[in-house]
Amino acid sequence: MRPRLGPLAAFVLLGAALAFPLVFTLPYPRDVMIRIFLYAMLATAWNLLAGYCGQISLGHAVFFGTGAYTSTLLLQQGWLGVWASPWVGMALGALLAALLSQVIGFPVFRLRGHYFAIATIAVGEIVQTVVINWDAVGGARGLFVPIKRPDSLINFQFHESKRTYYYIALALLVLAIGISRWIVRSRTGYYFRAIREDQDAAAALGIPVARYKQRAMAISAALTALGGTFYAQYVLFIDPESVLPLSLSILVCLVAVLGGVGTLWGPILGAAILVPLGEITRVQLGGTGKALDLVIYGLLIMIVSVVQPGGIMALLQRGSRRS
Amino acid sequence: MPLLEIEGVTKRFGGLVANREISFQVSPGELVGVIGPNGAGKSTLFDLLTGFQAPDAGHIRLDGVPIAGLRPDEISRRGVGRTFQKLKPFGGMTVLENVMVGAFQKTADPRQARAEAEDALESVGLADRAHVHARVLSTGQRKRLEMARALATRPRLLLLDEITGGVDQRSIPDLVELVRQLHAGGTALIVIEHNMRVIMGISQRVVALHLGEVIAIGSPAAVTSDARVIEAYLGRAYAG
Repeated sequence: MRPRLGPLAAFVLLGAALAFPLVFTLPYPRDVMIRIFLYAMLATAWNLLAGYCGQISLGHAVFFGTGAYTSTLLLQQGWLGVWASPWVGMALGALLAALLSQVIGFPVFRLRGHYFAIATIAVGEIVQTVVINWDAVGGARGLFVPIKRPDSLINFQFHESKRTYYYIALALLVLAIGISRWIVRSRTGYYFRAIREDQDAAAALGIPVARYKQRAMAISAALTALGGTFYAQYVLFIDPESVLPLSLSILVCLVAVLGGVGTLWGPILGAAILVPLGEITRVQLGGTGKALDLVIYGLLIMIVSVVQPGGIMALLQRGSRRS
Repeated sequence: MPLLEIEGVTKRFGGLVANREISFQVSPGELVGVIGPNGAGKSTLFDLLTGFQAPDAGHIRLDGVPIAGLRPDEISRRGVGRTFQKLKPFGGMTVLENVMVGAFQKTADPRQARAEAEDALESVGLADRAHVHARVLSTGQRKRLEMARALATRPRLLLLDEITGGVDQRSIPDLVELVRQLHAGGTALIVIEHNMRVIMGISQRVVALHLGEVIAIGSPAAVTSDARVIEAYLGRAYAG
């Protein structure tokens, strides 16, 4: 049995998260928490496809970028008319990402295991290169999100304080966890895990393997795109280097792997460790620390792989069994 | 009407003919044994019947409806279950969860799937192992698990690939009894088996394969006394 945080622990954590901005009023700690929520959410989305369904994607930045670019372009071009709101863009971005995932998934899911992972890297690189060279979407220069004042929920922009961003990020994380939990406990979740464990045995039990992989990819892509729109509205500037890089795809994977793939709480745990770690190296080493945090991530992953491939969740489980 | 009709089925892998013009039928509720030396084409035949391979020629019909070339999941949902020679448990899931995956074929409700999985585990004698991970099971237990998983889909025809292979001698009688019970419950079975005492004891009819061809088909007694079967598979000592 995997370790399960009881409902009580979940409520305590949620309560603490809700109270955090009341205690920490400065922007920086709130920013760190927002990034933890964002990466936890992205890793939760990735975990559905990779952790539960066993399809390791290293191209999820494509869906993150789809979310970011869809909402930003719609806003910039004014295509939505009276419906011009990043929230509408967010929903459409998620829908577009889900559709795009089906187009990508159709050829790529013919590959299994490592070959699938490599193909997703290639797709990610292709999309980034296309966007860099596509002037209509800002090319390599990127896009600024049009500034709207005053702060309002409809405009999804808050210049006075990060508090509302904080709660939106938390809400998105809760949504991702809620959807994950619901899926994992349903027939679809059982089918995902069966496909991860053995595709032939799954097919022999009547599971349409390709259809369920596509389903996992669509849900995962849509959730990831929500995070992309959030990022765009939070940072107010996007370019291929910030929302479509391979390093983002890998980081999302690392967060989940470190915390524990195929567990509900692993991605949160991984984000709670990796994001502050990245902040520490950035603060201590400035621009020169950019590569060092990846060195530390790499080291952590090596340690996890050797000591406990199930991630920190599995380590906790082992600890609780002994006590 | 026969439940399963196999007619002139041929499968080639490059220059190798794994199955050559195989024809036989299985009636509802019948237990057919398949014997033959390694490489005779037994597992390939199972792969053809369950959609893991498509035949190059010939017809396979279930209840008169062609199924050759359909995907494995489609054939499974039409009522054909199978186990694998190389066992394929979902190692990272519990025994109960493994069987629930099978039960989900007929219901989307997790509670109902769980209840049916528990029944299936009870029937194969694995109820006490329900909550351990499948990867810790012994070979004999894994075979039971695969049977329970396939049974949970409520198949009309169950294909068992080597029920006693790799299993310790003490567990064999229990596994054989289990197959007898499945048969008594009305499920039609095709069983691949190397243990001659086992297969001759349980089968109503036996199909002997050699180099991809059917060399004999009939009652266990008739097949064991067939000269070609003795020559190709059983050896003269068996006949003597």
